[in-house]
Amino acid sequence: MQSLIVNNLWKKFGTTAAVKGISFAAERGEILGLLGPNGAGKTTTIHMLLGLTSHDEGSISILGLDMPRDRYAILQKANFASAYVSLPGNLTIDESLYVYAKLYNVEDPARRAREVLTELEVDLPGKSLIGMLSAGQKTRLNICKALLNKPEVLFLDEPTASLDPDIAIKVRELLKKLRKNYGTTIIYTSHYMQEVEELCDRAIFLARGSIVATGTPTEIRERAKLKSLEEVFVTIARDGELRDSDDKEER
Amino acid sequence: MISRVLAMVLRYMFIYKRSFIRIAELIFFPLMDLLVWGFVTLYLEQVTQSKAVLFMLGGIVLWDIFFRAQQAVGMSVLQEMWVGNTLNLFVSPIRPHELILSTAIVGFIRATITATGLGICAYTMYAFNMMDLGLSLVPLFGLLLFFGWTIGLFTSALILRYGEAAESLAWIVPFLIQPFVAVFYPVSALPTYLQTFAQIFPCTHIFEGMREVLRVGGVPWREMGTSFLLTLLWLGFTGTFFARTLIYVRTKGYLTTASRG
Repeated sequence: MQSLIVNNLWKKFGTTAAVKGISFAAERGEILGLLGPNGAGKTTTIHMLLGLTSHDEGSISILGLDMPRDRYAILQKANFASAYVSLPGNLTIDESLYVYAKLYNVEDPARRAREVLTELEVDLPGKSLIGMLSAGQKTRLNICKALLNKPEVLFLDEPTASLDPDIAIKVRELLKKLRKNYGTTIIYTSHYMQEVEELCDRAIFLARGSIVATGTPTEIRERAKLKSLEEVFVTIARDGELRDSDDKEER
Repeated sequence: MISRVLAMVLRYMFIYKRSFIRIAELIFFPLMDLLVWGFVTLYLEQVTQSKAVLFMLGGIVLWDIFFRAQQAVGMSVLQEMWVGNTLNLFVSPIRPHELILSTAIVGFIRATITATGLGICAYTMYAFNMMDLGLSLVPLFGLLLFFGWTIGLFTSALILRYGEAAESLAWIVPFLIQPFVAVFYPVSALPTYLQTFAQIFPCTHIFEGMREVLRVGGVPWREMGTSFLLTLLWLGFTGTFFARTLIYVRTKGYLTTASRG
């Protein structure tokens, strides 16, 4: 069953096309990596999937609902976390998670907040002011927020960008558990290709707003006859495209 | 809906729980205004034997009700930008009208605290009793809140559109209209060509109504009715402006660029 279907999605900012007619889908319980160099269009794509930015053409269906028509019904069942976004620094951990649990209409918000804190091993006093936490702690807390409503679709924009390797491993383990236990579909952006190889079932590489490669990390790597996904990434960042190995030999 | 609105009311009220400065801010600046202008008009009253002090103090207290209501609605989006929380908020299931409603409730709480504090101070220092406004105080308070929220909605739209660059606009919008809405002097004190202009603002009629009550008593039905109808018109305009701005910022992607903390 497909949780997410994107069909011929276009977005232009002025005369510049940020996303050029991309189409893809994600199965229920799949972890799908949305990858590419800066400016490739992956964040714009995620923002369109969340209804933050409207699309010019194409369609987005999430859990059988249409974005943007059914935006609020989708957002009730989805969630989002990014290393670049934080919870209100002038609230405590308890207050902030309580507020967000209420926003998502979670039953017994205080209990659920404690559950997610335990799941992510956030061992901080609930009365700690968020503004006083380290970048890594804020990022973990943001992931806690994203789990409050047990989302069916989870959008993660570089969620491990400011985490210690140890915590990043824990986050990845948790995401695998989420997918296994709840069938959560995870759309994931990251610049850490090792992480993508370990975590993602499939990956989509974007460059200049178009899809240039798609498949499992192994398939993408083998098709390009490159040793690692890191090399794939670098090739795409430099050339703006990824030629099949056969094309390379012809050249 | 109630859960989401309550969540946002709590979100803004939690901040006051441990911030003495924020609580003090609700009273400090209005109190300073009250002190300075109260003493100035007290002096003028001695010289001219007029009711100036009464009108001035009434104007100060009522203006602050409008200002607090406007700030609560108008500054909420900006506050979220300051703490890098806008994106989290806009990907949550809260609807824009629920967010506005929650900030309006916060505006009501803030305005009530300020008005009560100022009312007590004005009575203690100048023997000015807000209760002299009688029953009229309730609709005057309500109409000012209503118009404050309306202008706050306009301010929010500007902040969504221009981001933190519009911060100063959020502060100055109320003061852009202050000279024309007869807060401290009657409309008749304005030049003739500005008197017509002053009539388009709902709060002009509220301040005129306040002076009428303090002068002759009773309830200024005509002024309040005019103010109510004008506020509905303004709300229609600012509501449309806000909705169109939201569509515009989503199209342009401004919502996300302004959201990164």
